[in-house]
Amino acid sequence: MAAERREFKVIGKPHRRIDGVAKVTGATKFADDLALPGMLYCKLVRSTVPHARITRIDVTRALAAPGVKAVLTGKDLPIPFGILPVSQDEHALCLDVVRFIGDPVVAIAATSEDAAFDAMDLVEIDYEPLPQIPDVDTAARTPEPRIHDYGDEGNIHKKVSLVFGDVDEGFREADTVRDDLFFYEGNTHLPMEQHAALAQFDGDGKLVIWSSTQTPHYLHRALAKVLAPLAASHIRVIATPNGGGFGGKSDPFNHEIVVCKLAMLTGKPVKVSLTREEVFYCHRGRHPVLMRIKTGVKKDGSITAMHFQSWLDGGAYGSYGVASTYYTGALQTVTYPVKRYRFDGARFFTNKPPCGPKRGHGTPQPRYALEVQMDKIAEDLGTNPADLRLRHLVPANSVTANWLRVGSMGLGRCIETVVAASGFREKWHKLPEGRGVGLACGSYISGAGLPIYWNAMPHSGVQLKCDRGGGVTVFCGSTEIGQGSDSVLAYVVAELLGIDPFDIRVVTADTDLTPVDLGSYSSRVTLMTGNAAIQAAERARELLAKGAAAKLAIPESRVGFANRRVFDVEDPSKGMTFAEAVVAAESQFGTIGTVGSYVPPPSPGKYRGAGVGPSPAYSYTAAVCEVEVDKDTGIIVVKKTWIAHDIGRSINPVLVEGQVEGSVYMGLGEALMEEMIYRGNRNVVHKFPSLLEYKSPTTLEMCDVETHLIEDPDPNGPFGAKEVGQGPLLPMPPAIANAVYDAVRVRVDEIPITPDKVLKALRAKDRRYGPTKTPTVTWPEPIVVPPPWEGGTGKAVSGEGAKPIVIGAGGVRK
Amino acid sequence: MKTKAKGRARARFEKVHMRLRVNGEDVEVAFAPHKTLLEVLREDLGLTGTKHGCELGECGTCAVLVDGKPILSCLALPLDLEGKEISTVEGMADGPRLHPLQEAFADLGAAQCGYCTPGFLLTAKALLDAKKKPTRDEIKDALAGNLCRCTGYVKIFEAVELAAKRMREAAPSKAKGASNGR
Repeated sequence: MAAERREFKVIGKPHRRIDGVAKVTGATKFADDLALPGMLYCKLVRSTVPHARITRIDVTRALAAPGVKAVLTGKDLPIPFGILPVSQDEHALCLDVVRFIGDPVVAIAATSEDAAFDAMDLVEIDYEPLPQIPDVDTAARTPEPRIHDYGDEGNIHKKVSLVFGDVDEGFREADTVRDDLFFYEGNTHLPMEQHAALAQFDGDGKLVIWSSTQTPHYLHRALAKVLAPLAASHIRVIATPNGGGFGGKSDPFNHEIVVCKLAMLTGKPVKVSLTREEVFYCHRGRHPVLMRIKTGVKKDGSITAMHFQSWLDGGAYGSYGVASTYYTGALQTVTYPVKRYRFDGARFFTNKPPCGPKRGHGTPQPRYALEVQMDKIAEDLGTNPADLRLRHLVPANSVTANWLRVGSMGLGRCIETVVAASGFREKWHKLPEGRGVGLACGSYISGAGLPIYWNAMPHSGVQLKCDRGGGVTVFCGSTEIGQGSDSVLAYVVAELLGIDPFDIRVVTADTDLTPVDLGSYSSRVTLMTGNAAIQAAERARELLAKGAAAKLAIPESRVGFANRRVFDVEDPSKGMTFAEAVVAAESQFGTIGTVGSYVPPPSPGKYRGAGVGPSPAYSYTAAVCEVEVDKDTGIIVVKKTWIAHDIGRSINPVLVEGQVEGSVYMGLGEALMEEMIYRGNRNVVHKFPSLLEYKSPTTLEMCDVETHLIEDPDPNGPFGAKEVGQGPLLPMPPAIANAVYDAVRVRVDEIPITPDKVLKALRAKDRRYGPTKTPTVTWPEPIVVPPPWEGGTGKAVSGEGAKPIVIGAGGVRK
Repeated sequence: MKTKAKGRARARFEKVHMRLRVNGEDVEVAFAPHKTLLEVLREDLGLTGTKHGCELGECGTCAVLVDGKPILSCLALPLDLEGKEISTVEGMADGPRLHPLQEAFADLGAAQCGYCTPGFLLTAKALLDAKKKPTRDEIKDALAGNLCRCTGYVKIFEAVELAAKRMREAAPSKAKGASNGR
């Protein structure tokens, strides 16, 4: 009902964030700003070799060093953990094998950070080297030794094959078939805040950890597993405001578990603050993905069949990788109708820091491949790329070949808006050489339809308390990572209770105090906590309306809420303050506290693998980038980006624009410069784990941005809102690639598009730079699911897929 | 194969005792002489508003002002700063009254996660103290050493421009002489 209201007091208004003043005064307490009396400092001794068996660890000298209070090795924490139930492959400290340079082996707690540093030198570790597996090619060729003793085959972690309709028949129906290879290099989140955690274990056996985590609930579960027999009920996880996350703080981490154990052993609070170098080793960033995309189209551009293949370099651990693998094949179908679709994906283990979810989780890579290929198809057909897309848009309220249910769909308006604003039709193929424009689109989930571990409980819960003084407190497990999630709760509740958002106190991300929210990932928070908050607020409103109605002697239906007053809508002068309404209600019903929760609607897909991709709503984005390319140096300058985002409805346009601009920035960085690269010939060591040498855009590289918000409320969103934290990143890499082609007529089919690649493409006969071959993988027997229009039911008809198995996991909001 | 964890053993020094001038007040503090200004501010003086992103002088997050000029506190030694005026984000507001830059950052959403914000605010303050009406390019230049991963910088540029405008309007007589297209 809330979504149908048209007049709003709070929603859609450019309010400040409720934590805005704290953020500009330095008052916000991040994890590393916390200190407790008598606390110890923890340092981790990390592996200096990429792959080896540990033959000896001697910590006696370290333990005897001045100030050292405790030293842990793997055997002190033998229970494995991991974010996904299917990949419990991590140990807090390596047990017998190290798998990448940076893998933690020993933890030290000392009375000062200096003492802990000094003791690191006294730890002796002997390694027996194992063959290094630096990349996907080597992993495919080297089944032994296995980096892990589980997985689908050799050093292949996961293999997937899904078939939706007869793609071979689809290719036969096509007038043109394009078959292209693309590569998207890995990159990392680079949050400005380095991970930190502080743990305290008190005399009555209760553990508290404050940590810069995006997923306190999942950390809570991991701690309960690894620290057994300590009961979950004795563990309290408090997520401090994250100084940027982008997905990099979504896994339970070694250092979090270690400080808890050290606090339990020493009886003292223990703190760890990672160095920037260590943050690079924690990683969990964008997977490097090699992709093959074969698409058949009719003369009019309609897609008769698509076969997408991806090879992911997963690094040393599972992390979210199984979900990431599915995500590289999930969302190709939600923008332009694909009649028949096949996806094969394989994720490999390699001796590098583990990859995981970064903003867009597994979808920017295939989106780049698809959108550049669309540009090539437009070229082949002699069509304007905007028209090609506009002619073939997935209809609203439809189901795709792979059984994703699309609700509202504003991509057409997005494309029309950016094409008009940028003058794309006047510029495309018409600018002087060296200048060009490129168009690309994208779509992203507004929250993963399924949780990471299978359960039937809500994804988000809110408790709401009204005080006699008129104060309202909202409790929710959601985690503030800079996106404004605390503010969204306040805006939603303020709107429904007719009070000011700044009247509301928001308590979040504390597993003792707040009901579960699954975490700040997969762009789920606004939609899911927003809906839970609406339910809690409407229930409170009902109680207050009853209380006020009795006092005013009017029917409940006539009670209105606005401007901190509760009144008769037919005679607004007749009423009371909000606080008086609380008193009236509390006198009648007792303490006024309500709850709300949210469970996403079930997905129509019922096959194994259908857990990744469904969402209550999909956001859509279109972007045009204008670039200048210097043919002598290969240097690309992005002059301006015009971007239109289908947000459903803006809860706060200032915060929405901020997410769009931040996504444009991060996509620009990925497109032009950011990459996690390793010295493969020298022990697979990270080439430059520093903020200076890992190039990211400064103020000087950032392009001008013109943002357009397209509002078409989605029935599943709170007040119609959809996601914005991740989707707007997706069009950036392909829009820049397409603009480079328009400028100098070369195809760089590899991200990042660095100057050397542009120069190589300019000199190449085929005027292309990019991958030319793929590793050999024996794909599994495919799971065959007929599309909706071929009489399918959403279930598999052959292959491994009769029983649905959920490996749900979302992407990452920022 | 035998390897040892990379060492960072530090020589032990006796603490030095000195007086620093921070946010307009003299404070006495004792610290190991190799401690950086960043560490002394955060750990000894409890001024945790100054953040760190690398501790290697790469990101600008820890920027503070020394005699009005932005410096990276992770690379500065307090021992060098006797008698100098050190300004941190905690000193920007005048009691409950925020500095115009702080107001503008809050109004325009120029702080998202807020972690890089103190460094940006102080670097921008140095710019606006020197230049009443900086151009967009001058703002970009001044802030080029500060990294932000959330905002894409756009709202930060706009906030600096808005603060400059508000500051000029609040002090019209002074601005008149000083603006002059600079």
